[in-house]
Amino acid sequence: MDWGALHTILGGVNKHSTSIGKIWLTVLFIFRIMILVVAAERVWGDEQQDFVCNTLQPGCRNVCYDHFFPISHIRLWALQLIFVSTPALLVAMHVAYRRHEKKRQFRKGDQKCEFKDIEEIRKQRFRIEGSLWWTYTSSIFFRLIFEAVFMYAFYFMYDGFRMPRLMKCNAWPCPNTVDCFVSRPTEKTVFTIFMIAVSSICILLNVAELCYLLTKFFLRRSRKAGNSKQQPNHENKEETKQNEMNELISDSCQNTVIGFSS
Amino acid sequence: AGLRDLLSGVNKYSTGVGRIWVAVVFLFRLLVYVAAAENIWKHEHDEFECNIKQPGCENVCFDHFFPVSHIRFWALQLIMVSTPSLLVVFHVAYRENREKHHNQKLYKNPGKIDGGLLCTYLISLILKIGLEIFFLVLFYKLYNGFKIPRHVKCDIKPCPNTVDCYISKPTEKMIFLYFLVATSCLCIVLNLSELSYLMFKYSIKCYLKRHVKNQQ
Repeated sequence: MDWGALHTILGGVNKHSTSIGKIWLTVLFIFRIMILVVAAERVWGDEQQDFVCNTLQPGCRNVCYDHFFPISHIRLWALQLIFVSTPALLVAMHVAYRRHEKKRQFRKGDQKCEFKDIEEIRKQRFRIEGSLWWTYTSSIFFRLIFEAVFMYAFYFMYDGFRMPRLMKCNAWPCPNTVDCFVSRPTEKTVFTIFMIAVSSICILLNVAELCYLLTKFFLRRSRKAGNSKQQPNHENKEETKQNEMNELISDSCQNTVIGFSS
Repeated sequence: AGLRDLLSGVNKYSTGVGRIWVAVVFLFRLLVYVAAAENIWKHEHDEFECNIKQPGCENVCFDHFFPVSHIRFWALQLIMVSTPSLLVVFHVAYRENREKHHNQKLYKNPGKIDGGLLCTYLISLILKIGLEIFFLVLFYKLYNGFKIPRHVKCDIKPCPNTVDCYISKPTEKMIFLYFLVATSCLCIVLNLSELSYLMFKYSIKCYLKRHVKNQQ
């Protein structure tokens, strides 16, 4: 199972996330991908072999299994994880684009560029503001949408989150209604509930991150509006000094907020 | 893992759209193939059941309906479609080697797409598009469309008459089939847009150069 490469990509995104984003990434890796690879795959491993129907009619077992499990739980979770990790790529691409622009500036010998060499540009951590804020927020929004869609699809397909022990099947070529028995139903139910719970925690983390980003955005906007109102008033030196002090205070406030987030 | 290294090496010399193509191939095709699709087709022969006890009938019917297993077909497709990118990597390595050999700066930047490297890049794009379409058409011809039936009727020797044979997990296989065909089409669209973007960009450049020359 080649999740290692996904790990490398997402790890790169980690640097530019908020602290809630970093918690989300940890939860994703430890409680979802690792559990999927290490435990859940074994539980669902012998799915069809041990799905037994009370009939000798050839083909009845295949058809009943296909009817009750259009797509296996484990594959649905693997797809969910892949889709949910994809929006982080948007952020990675945006950061790479910004780095590329800075490198171009640096190579042209721009005086405004404050970096000493290429290595510094490569290692620099970008703050989440401006267009990167929009990319980051839309990536969280898409993550939420994907998680919700997959959870709903799961609930809709399997009529809830429980794995029944016995299923009655009468699809052709089964001669009449036969009993079919699922293998390891309790273990599967336990893992299903676990994965759904972790999914919900991830949704909550994403909602919290979204609220945090929106709050930060509106605070910054109101601060800017407040500063620009003061500007037309000052006409003499004293008021200029007072304004400078105000800006210093607001800057240090901003730094503490960003320091908290980093 | 080898395919992964190849793709990340190619990433360096691609345009923006090329990088999106690499990401799509990697995340939505390679990862889905390895993480999900492979396991569905794992026991396909064992779970293929025919309504008959005649020995050999099941084997013959399975072989008739699945000359090449879907999953092997896709693996082949993935490998072939990623290979043209090697042309670009080889050309860049050739350029860098030449610079080292002559001990002087022959190219402004060995990795930049201009001149001969542009030709190679365009050829690799055309090859990618061609191979994708070829594999999709071949799949369609081989399996009579993009569907996986629940059961098939088979009457090849040694089966004594027409028997019903049941395929395992047809719905799940169909879901992944549609998914992989959709990503294939997406890749074709990305490659086409990259091709037209590059041709447009360089024809404008050529035209402007000629315009400037004429004015002088």
